[in-house]
Amino acid sequence: MEWTVRALQEQISAGQIRSEEVVKAFFERIDKIEPQVGAFLTLLKETAYEQARSVDEKIAAGQPVGPLAGVPLAIKDNLCMTVGPTTCASKMLEHFYSPYNAHVVENLKAADAVIVGKTNMDEFAMGSSTENSGLKRTCNPWNTSRVPGGSSGGSAAAVAARMCAAALGSDTGGSIRQPAGFCGVVGLKPTYGRVSRYGLVAYGSSLDQIGPITQTVEDSAILLNVIAGYDSRDSTCVSEDIAPVPDYTADLEQPFEGLRIAVVESLLEGAQIEVQQVIAEVLKIYEAQGAQLVPIQMPHFDYAISAYYVIATAEASSNLARYDGVHYGYRSSRAQDYIEVYSKSRDEALGPEVKRRIMLGTFALSSGYYDAYYLKALKVRNLIREDFTRAFEQADCLMLPVSPTTAFRLGEKTADPLQMYLADIYTIAVNLAGVPAASIPCGLDRSRLPIGFQIVTAPFTEQTLLRIARMYERCTCWHQQLPEIAQ
Amino acid sequence: MAGKIDELLVRRVAQLARLELSDQEIVQFSMQLSAIVNYIEKLNELNTDEVEPLAHCLPICNVFRSDEVLPSLTQERALANAPDAENGYFKVPKVLENGGGA
Repeated sequence: MEWTVRALQEQISAGQIRSEEVVKAFFERIDKIEPQVGAFLTLLKETAYEQARSVDEKIAAGQPVGPLAGVPLAIKDNLCMTVGPTTCASKMLEHFYSPYNAHVVENLKAADAVIVGKTNMDEFAMGSSTENSGLKRTCNPWNTSRVPGGSSGGSAAAVAARMCAAALGSDTGGSIRQPAGFCGVVGLKPTYGRVSRYGLVAYGSSLDQIGPITQTVEDSAILLNVIAGYDSRDSTCVSEDIAPVPDYTADLEQPFEGLRIAVVESLLEGAQIEVQQVIAEVLKIYEAQGAQLVPIQMPHFDYAISAYYVIATAEASSNLARYDGVHYGYRSSRAQDYIEVYSKSRDEALGPEVKRRIMLGTFALSSGYYDAYYLKALKVRNLIREDFTRAFEQADCLMLPVSPTTAFRLGEKTADPLQMYLADIYTIAVNLAGVPAASIPCGLDRSRLPIGFQIVTAPFTEQTLLRIARMYERCTCWHQQLPEIAQ
Repeated sequence: MAGKIDELLVRRVAQLARLELSDQEIVQFSMQLSAIVNYIEKLNELNTDEVEPLAHCLPICNVFRSDEVLPSLTQERALANAPDAENGYFKVPKVLENGGGA
């Protein structure tokens, strides 16, 4: 059985295989593999089978079905869904049942997808290894002593181990692309404003974006077709008059003629040597197809981590103020008065990284520090965006590593938060600039851990991005490599 | 490291953030936040006197909608996740001291 979204959807909608059988096959894999990986926080067996049978009935009755008909998918557990709890991997929301569905969840349902489960993540999407989950540990399917990356680590691990055909994640500073890179799958962060954030539990609202994690570039295009587009319930969602939503699969197979690839030599030096070598190989594959390399400078790239950890934490401190122990979520039983309901509930239910970021953000926004930190970071953000604007005047895309290293060991960086932040060097600037970027599998290091490379393009040019990604994928077979655990 | 963010400042920020931290957390955060803020001060290498702050990257500004009444959550559903509720209200400990009040 071929497990891609495309292959499954084709066979299911043609009536060659029933969705119920497919779902059963995936749950059998989950039963076998999940105990070693720990990708899921909630499995939705009952509703998954109901959805599958309903798709099978539609097909048997000759009714039209959606573009994800009967295909088993997973969602990151910060996307609100009325079935099962929406926990954000936090004790704060461990028993929170959303009264509504996120826009993207509505879209998946309307496309006749089957949602098999909700995946583990760093608590409130804050982290780069999924080790900050307050509820569960997830291991990298390629080597279970390694992290899957984060914060969408559960989604990436589930796709890599083929426990679902594809998944949704969210990306605030690399949280789709980095785990996709660590797990050897495709991860796409769309342009800010391309996908509605309605029902995505907020972390850094000017940076957060939902996107697909898939086995292939084409599957990312199929999922983006389903989730992209205007939604009035997210006022930062861009209208289709300003940025029309094309069919992202339409010209996927057409190579981009005369492709110009921006490369920043100085940025590569910080990466592990094997990562550098693999990126050089990637560029050769493009050059062999007529692409031209354009060396450029990104003078402000080095400041992205600093700017990000001020802006994202400032936004987080404001967004997470809603967890007050009153409206929903955890309430401390020790609280004597109203203030203690707030402060003790938060102390008891939030993990150390979430507290650290709330503290950092509150500090950066507090009287006496606002100008020096928050306002300064917003100005530097503008400089970083200008770097990207200039890059895309000279080239059609920018290529970078996803991470300086392959997946690190569980526990390796947990004692030193700053070291963990520095691992986000290649992904973070993209969120500050709001541009789309994808992580594409391109090799294995000598420990057989996946390496990914990153393609970044101008705002709202995901179609171009995916075409460029496909040019590489069609010449290589890294996307077909499977971790031993999943064979 | 001698902290930029000393324990006194950590306590003040924690109060603003409504986080009741243990003494141990305060010591740890003082060290960790000082190290992070030290790193962040790299931003001061850049002259930004002539640069506008950028709060978001969207090609849109004010988003308006018409003032229409649309369906919203029922009271029952809105209260369904409340840690404590009574008679259709969220319930919290007394906010004002005895004898206080308007």
